[in-house]
Amino acid sequence: MGKMWLWYFYEYVGSCSCLSNMNNILHSSRFSLSMSHDSLQQHNTQTLKSVFISTNLESNMSMFSTCNLMNHKIFLQSRASLKTPNEGLATVRCTRVVRNVNMEKLRHNYLFPEIEARELEHMKKYPDAKIIRLGIGDTTEPIPDIITSNMAEYARALSTRKGYKGYGAEQGNKDLRKAIAESFYKDLGVKDVEVFVSDGAQCDISRLQLLLGSSVSVAVQDPNFPAYMDSSVIIGQAGEFLDETLKYKNIEYMTCGPQNNFFPDLSRTSRTDIIFFCSPNNPTGHAASREQLTQLVEFARNNGSIIVYDSAYSVYITDESPRSIYEIPGARECAIEISSFSKIAGFTGVRLGWTVVPDELYYASKVPVINDFDRIVCTCFNGASRIVQAGGLACLSSDGSKALMSVVDYYMENAKILVETFTSLGLVVYGGVNAPYVWVHFPGSRSWDVFSEILTKTHIITVPGSGFGPGGEGFIRVTAFGQREHILEACARLTSLLL
Amino acid sequence: MFPKKPYHQLPLNSHCVTTRAELSNVTHGGTKTWLGFRPTKKHFLLHLHYSLLSSQSNHFVFTMSLLQHHHVTPLSSSSSALFAQNNFAGVRTQSVNVSTKKMGVCKCVAASPAEQTAYKTKVSRNGNIAKLQAGYLFPEIGRRKAAHMLKYPDAQVISLGIGDTTEPIPEVITSAMAKRAFDLSTVEGYSGYGAEQGEKQLRAKLASTFYANLGIEEDDIFVSDGAKSDISRLQVLFGSNVTMAVQDPSYPAYVDSSVIIGQTGQFQKDIEKFANIEYMKCSPENDFFPDLSKVSRTDIIFFCSPNNPTGSAASREQLIKLVNFAKDNGSIIVYDSAYAMYVSGDTPKSIFEIPGAREVAIETASFSKYAGFTGVRLGWTVVPKELKYSDGHPVAKDFNRIVCTGFNGASNIAQAGGLACLSPEGLEAMHEVVGFYKENTKIIVDTFTSLGFTVYGGKHAPYVWVHFPGRSSWDVFSEILEKTHVVTTPGSGFGPAGEGFVRVSAFGHRDNVLEACRRFKELYK
Repeated sequence: MGKMWLWYFYEYVGSCSCLSNMNNILHSSRFSLSMSHDSLQQHNTQTLKSVFISTNLESNMSMFSTCNLMNHKIFLQSRASLKTPNEGLATVRCTRVVRNVNMEKLRHNYLFPEIEARELEHMKKYPDAKIIRLGIGDTTEPIPDIITSNMAEYARALSTRKGYKGYGAEQGNKDLRKAIAESFYKDLGVKDVEVFVSDGAQCDISRLQLLLGSSVSVAVQDPNFPAYMDSSVIIGQAGEFLDETLKYKNIEYMTCGPQNNFFPDLSRTSRTDIIFFCSPNNPTGHAASREQLTQLVEFARNNGSIIVYDSAYSVYITDESPRSIYEIPGARECAIEISSFSKIAGFTGVRLGWTVVPDELYYASKVPVINDFDRIVCTCFNGASRIVQAGGLACLSSDGSKALMSVVDYYMENAKILVETFTSLGLVVYGGVNAPYVWVHFPGSRSWDVFSEILTKTHIITVPGSGFGPGGEGFIRVTAFGQREHILEACARLTSLLL
Repeated sequence: MFPKKPYHQLPLNSHCVTTRAELSNVTHGGTKTWLGFRPTKKHFLLHLHYSLLSSQSNHFVFTMSLLQHHHVTPLSSSSSALFAQNNFAGVRTQSVNVSTKKMGVCKCVAASPAEQTAYKTKVSRNGNIAKLQAGYLFPEIGRRKAAHMLKYPDAQVISLGIGDTTEPIPEVITSAMAKRAFDLSTVEGYSGYGAEQGEKQLRAKLASTFYANLGIEEDDIFVSDGAKSDISRLQVLFGSNVTMAVQDPSYPAYVDSSVIIGQTGQFQKDIEKFANIEYMKCSPENDFFPDLSKVSRTDIIFFCSPNNPTGSAASREQLIKLVNFAKDNGSIIVYDSAYAMYVSGDTPKSIFEIPGAREVAIETASFSKYAGFTGVRLGWTVVPKELKYSDGHPVAKDFNRIVCTGFNGASNIAQAGGLACLSPEGLEAMHEVVGFYKENTKIIVDTFTSLGFTVYGGKHAPYVWVHFPGRSSWDVFSEILEKTHVVTTPGSGFGPAGEGFVRVSAFGHRDNVLEACRRFKELYK
């Protein structure tokens, strides 16, 4: 390419993938610059320094086109509408408070706001397009009456002297805790006092990180739900992001792919204190078998590790796969389980979940983990909304659960349709049997490219697999949430595109 | 069976786990005149799980297990038998043999040698949590109350301890929440994930209601499930490498969350302070505003006004000093305005009334004490665009990232309630309830004043800060509880400068407040 000159302002703002793109471009162009990639690496990325690199702007413009270089608007937006912040406040003074270095380490936006931002851009470009959202796993079907009427009744009662209630127990309403224990953990020995009701798994993950602190080591599946990794970075467990591997230092990534039946090769996994494990898995849809989970529990026990088991999709299981980690003997002493009403009851906006911390789970110093988690819950949280908890209780009634399972079946029927469609197009498809996610393989393609192509040509939002970790590269996640007609329409569009 | 020592003198690493306000809720709904406990025909057992671990090698685990069956009204399906038949249990081909511990009444068990050698992981406990001295303050108050109720089952206990609202929520607000709930059952009205920062309409209404003409816009506002959660999220945002200042006394969540995130050193028993926190004494001597000339620079300054627990509201002049202090030091103020609506007169309600505050302050607020939303869960935090870190990075961007990653938005039903709170009718209704609690406050102030006590607060906040010079606040707390069956909160629970004071909260049904005052008069005449 010859010698090229470009002024490029490299501000370390923990921004999007444009930074890794930048480095890729530098590598591929084989520059020898006065202030080259080497000097970039010399600079401590934890301190802010502006590095000016010279290269040819024009010839590289095409490479930048897919990169939202100066798209700062993404930072402030997620599901709210876009509004460019007032960046031009030149005379505004700064405080002397140093930015949290952990925030600097984050290399991308949180995945789902990024997807939303792309959707909004697309909508601006094609205002008449009928976008079908099979990206963010957002539920679409209304909540059964029996549940919402319970919540409405509870809300109304708060206007009466008799029905008014103030602060609830931070750990959750006693009846609900009991109901959760009995509904999901019958015969597994989980006690109501081990169940902590929350406003959802995403919040619980962060509270668990607060509990565990910055000094523990962490393993995640690759690919995985980004909250584990991101929360790990934020709390300070992770090291720098490495562009070569697209992984954070200090986090153990356990590859899960078709080659290993979506279960990590534990013989190649280093010991970590904490192991995040999601089954049925988001994004791959794989539900670990009893044998696999037995291995996992054995691995954890041998290493003295704690499993944080995310069972948010357990009700989507259609075969004999375990629904709870506590079905595995010995798990009570090495596992925490988190779960959520979001995908069970369409409570994505209502906000309700829970975490189980068995009283037999001990730190090395013999302190029960449950004691500390309770302290976190009492100090950093004030309980899930009482109205919502009333809804949760209704969900777990006989009639409520029946109604909800038919919604779950509806989504799984969607999944079946999607699986069949992709399969008929000659693509290899995973998941879609025990989870509302279909994991489609596009070997040799970059997942963001496939995402963009599908979006541009069929106006369907999906999620690129690499957003879930480098192990997701080459895959696309399609959710099965949606109204049937939209699912069918989407399948029709995909068929015309990919046939 | 219950330790006699005040909770802050309990051995290091003692942890108290309990179901908190379930205990006070036993006393709330359903009964006539008293907030007190009434024995009913229903079986009840209180469930307390209390672990006391000594720091020596012998570990004793005292397990107090009392089961409480507390039916939540007005749910239709409260029978536990139904749950066993629901559809979520799935089919399990392999039954797991698990020994279940039997829960009985008041069972105290010292850990047997077998239990002591039970499997433990190799995960080190978070050293920060180990620094905490005891349970969070308010669950401890709850425990004391529960113990008292066991001791005096016929006593009519009145709760003026935990600042828990008691008056029903105005109908205009609850009907909006009921409607939102119903809408979720319809195709047109169903919504899934909401914006993590909150619903647009609500954010806009918060801006126009509380921050009109203060330069705060809709997108500076982040709706949450309450100030307590926000405080912790702010700590996660700031990280462990910042220094912090708090008022002394102060709402315990600031200090405790600071310890948990790792900003502090060890607790220093002799002075009852954590190392590395700057405690800004607020007392009658300095009109409850810190002498800033004696305060060291810290990155973050937590400031609550109107103040919990002292009830003092900072004047405009004082807040100007504070903002200038922060500006000069390049610090960030986290201004807790949870009681702003209780302010009388011209006293500032928002830190953003002070010029220059947008460049140095974050403000947290809550619907809890305005709308009785303590159990509904709704609050907000304002992070102005102008607030920047030393490298110029806007704080709001990082806070947004935290909110998107560690949170998923406040409940849409609660937010519908919040919007109704801010309608003209809702605002009027909230002012009325606030006024009611303020009248309670006046009654309590007058009572203690008439008994010859020096009383602070009570004018701009629903808290009365009563001085008991020379006495231990936990002793006074116990005395009042023992002799009048009224729960208060000992001042030292809020920090060492709270010693010698007792906080009496003014939330309560009028008749209970009057009865409590009658009993105070009896005791201290």
